[in-house]
Amino acid sequence: MNDMTPSREQREAALEGMGCKRKRVEDIRFTQGKGKYVDDIKMPGMLHGDFVRSPYAHAKVTKIDATEALKIPGVIAVLTAEDLKGVNLAWMPTLAGDVQMVLADGKVLYQNQEVAFVVAEDRYIADDAIQLIEVEYEELPVLVDPFKSMDPDAPVLRPDLEGKMEGAHGPRKHHNHIFNWSVGDEDATDKAFAEAEVTVKEMISYHRTHPSPLETCQCLASMDKVNGELTLYGTFQAPHVIRTVASLLSTIPEHKIHVIAPDVGGGFGNKVGAYPGYICSIVASIVTGQPVKWVEDRMENLSTTSFARDYHMTTEIAAKKDGTVTGLKVHVLGDHGGFDACADPSKWPAGFFNIVTGSYDFPVAHLSVDGVYTNKAPGGVAYRCSFRVTEAAYCIERGMDVLAQKLGMDPADLRLKNFIKPEQFPYNSALGWEYDSGDYHTAMHKAMDAIDYRGLREEQKAKQEAFKRGETREIMGIGVCFFTEIVGAGPSKNCDILGVAMFDSAEIRIHPTGSVISRMGSKSQGQGHETTWAQIIATEIGIPAADIMVEEGDTDTAPYGLGTYGSRSTPVAGAAIALAARKIRAKAQMIAAHMLEVSEFDLEWDIDGFQVKGNPEARKSMKEIAWAAYNAPPPGIEPGLEAVSYYDPPNMTYPFGAYFCVMDIDVDTGVAKTRRFYALDDCGTRINPMIIEGQVHGGLTEAFAIAMGQEISYDEMGNVMGASFMDFFLPTAVETPHWETDHTVTPSPHHPIGAKGVGESPNVGGVPAFSNAVNDAFGFLGSTHIQMPHDAWRVWQVAKNLGAHG
Amino acid sequence: MEQIPVTMTVNGKKVQRFVEPRTLLIHFLREDLNLTGPHIGCETSHCGACTVDMNGMSVKSCTLFAAQANNAELTTIEGMANADGTLSALQEGFRQMHGLQCGFCTPGMITRAHTLLQENPDPTEEEIRFGIAGNLCRCTGYQNIVKAIQYAAAKLNGRDYQEAAE
Repeated sequence: MNDMTPSREQREAALEGMGCKRKRVEDIRFTQGKGKYVDDIKMPGMLHGDFVRSPYAHAKVTKIDATEALKIPGVIAVLTAEDLKGVNLAWMPTLAGDVQMVLADGKVLYQNQEVAFVVAEDRYIADDAIQLIEVEYEELPVLVDPFKSMDPDAPVLRPDLEGKMEGAHGPRKHHNHIFNWSVGDEDATDKAFAEAEVTVKEMISYHRTHPSPLETCQCLASMDKVNGELTLYGTFQAPHVIRTVASLLSTIPEHKIHVIAPDVGGGFGNKVGAYPGYICSIVASIVTGQPVKWVEDRMENLSTTSFARDYHMTTEIAAKKDGTVTGLKVHVLGDHGGFDACADPSKWPAGFFNIVTGSYDFPVAHLSVDGVYTNKAPGGVAYRCSFRVTEAAYCIERGMDVLAQKLGMDPADLRLKNFIKPEQFPYNSALGWEYDSGDYHTAMHKAMDAIDYRGLREEQKAKQEAFKRGETREIMGIGVCFFTEIVGAGPSKNCDILGVAMFDSAEIRIHPTGSVISRMGSKSQGQGHETTWAQIIATEIGIPAADIMVEEGDTDTAPYGLGTYGSRSTPVAGAAIALAARKIRAKAQMIAAHMLEVSEFDLEWDIDGFQVKGNPEARKSMKEIAWAAYNAPPPGIEPGLEAVSYYDPPNMTYPFGAYFCVMDIDVDTGVAKTRRFYALDDCGTRINPMIIEGQVHGGLTEAFAIAMGQEISYDEMGNVMGASFMDFFLPTAVETPHWETDHTVTPSPHHPIGAKGVGESPNVGGVPAFSNAVNDAFGFLGSTHIQMPHDAWRVWQVAKNLGAHG
Repeated sequence: MEQIPVTMTVNGKKVQRFVEPRTLLIHFLREDLNLTGPHIGCETSHCGACTVDMNGMSVKSCTLFAAQANNAELTTIEGMANADGTLSALQEGFRQMHGLQCGFCTPGMITRAHTLLQENPDPTEEEIRFGIAGNLCRCTGYQNIVKAIQYAAAKLNGRDYQEAAE
């Protein structure tokens, strides 16, 4: 072997495969302003669409007069519900089995609801036209409080459903009731509570918030009437599904619809659903024969485009005096706004909320959820979570703290006592899920040691004494959270969206020179797929990641996939990639055997090629094999080296984590300062540690915002109180805490590379850690539960009500 | 609507156009000059995705009229690379330190950081955090953005970047 032959380590390093902190390839364009987002795309003759929106939360629309607006030069058209009825698009199906008005059809149900769509030559002219469109409203009584939705005299919000006793998810109890969903063994749970030594009960609310990615939702629709083809650029997290739904609604054949999601400026669940802006742009392009762009502004995004959460969870836990939990009972009231447009798989009216037993071995549990209509924006998106997991994790993690307080037990010890044990995996939960793998005790102990948990408790005790003696005005909270997530939706046997089964896909094509193009059904919105997918392929087929180009988001070229949300990319598309790569490697082995004139069973894989067993000198690299695949394939083997894989996972994956937050609170100002935040994540096999760490930082920052201030609130007239960044809290670099990250690795047993997904974990685990810290700080003053968000004003009020202001 | 002439130097190139008086600077840059690096995120000066440098100061181009930039010297993200086309220390820092994810805030963030480093060539972490408080990021949690700016500051000051111990 001469000196120029690279060593094994060098060959391995050259791949930049899995486990490597590979720098992101996306950044080369993004750092130079060369990203291509929807609003960067222009087409000749392009028009601009914009909405007239309702100032009222609940009103009849008695007249829409666009006469004056249409006189402005440059105004091309004004669409109303009447126009959409002509093409059967006045109402559209929602992801949750409900229907939603595209433009106000006789009435409006929430403030800023879309009433008319103006199409003009530029954005400014469209704005001018909006001012001149006269809409007459007749106000109706407004229903804001979900707890009053099912009062006998509550106003009828949905006349289209009045008298319908059967909804998309079973019987309805009331004219504003959407569904009731219950799971678990109610009788056994009641029995556990009747026999319990200790029980606790608390109403735990998770307020309405919003994903608000920095890029709002937008699209550009272009109908080519000659060829009958529709091209649609948009901020889509699931472009293929958008194409299928567009085809079903419009009757344009699916192959004549081209949906392209270019660079997307953050999604966080906000860009999964279909919005009136998309439908109106498409219709406007069909009507005018010109391309129509629609760009949502920030106020529209915050006030109308899919909120998140708004779950009110009555939580009861039964336990023994020693802390062993014996039963869990949860009733949820879900405020869905004017239409049920939740982004949930079809069979799960409350998403995966039944992961609410969390990381604990509850022998029995019962859950029931009632969804109701109110005069608020529709949605219920899985904001950086997979379908209501954040609410479930918050519910159980707050509930466990409430129980610990009642028992006088340390909250970390209570968790350690009740964790599902490593030997119990795969674990069947009382509410129906099969957890794939986990080692919770190891993770918890590692985290407790890392932050010196016992030492912090000692310090807290001393501070509480000092506070009682009047020596300090500061109190200290330690927020403990241990979460288990359920991601990777999902097995098509139980997950679909509007009937489209939730698998995912990858296509890998190796060119003769050994460079690679791979196309995926997933769609990055900042997660770095172009970088990490190449890393999986590099490890699997031995071609450097630098020689692999990853493309996503174009339905003309990418194989059919369900897109990116709910941390499903790595668990589902990541598996498809590994399996497609393995198909290629299997063919490569046959070709290498032919080249080396041995049986393929005499070959073994070695980093970047095949070698004859026991004779490492006799080897063929993947690059050599790629050339041969096209130019000298074995007799009887068709040329080429490519593969497609459609992966339908056998189960979901269950990443978990231990999070600790140390907080100091000034009772006189209500200012809560995060002293430390430590996050340990176990997402199974780690593909790119740098990207994982970055995602954890980002998710924790969103969790911080939600727990500590961010809220979409309404006044009693249904006016949105937080619809701009002036009053909707997005943390800046100044208030964002410093994040400490750590990990353990418990691979998923059923995933080809053992990976579980991580992007949402920090949001799921972060919110309870922050909230538990605030609650923990006030516990010694007699408080059991404080509702989020914990901004300074609310914390100050809590301190005042508890008599801490002296 | 009546149009008025505007003249400015953008990324070292003199440009002259007629615009409506109400044309916002961000629309002028993106629509008239095809400089799509600066982005529109909030239209209220809060998010900073549209940040450009005007006469040595960071401005939010979504709440300035193009007419207000008449005769000004502007730099956008498109003018940030080194003269020889290589990435500037800041652009390189953002990539090395993983200071971005979706990339939407990045042009505004880098443009702001560029001006910050003119104002204060060797800022502390706290000064960086205050210095970029007008720019929101929804993906990164800022920690790595701060590191990216520290990386660039070190490089521009002739030092190797040393990551602060946690």
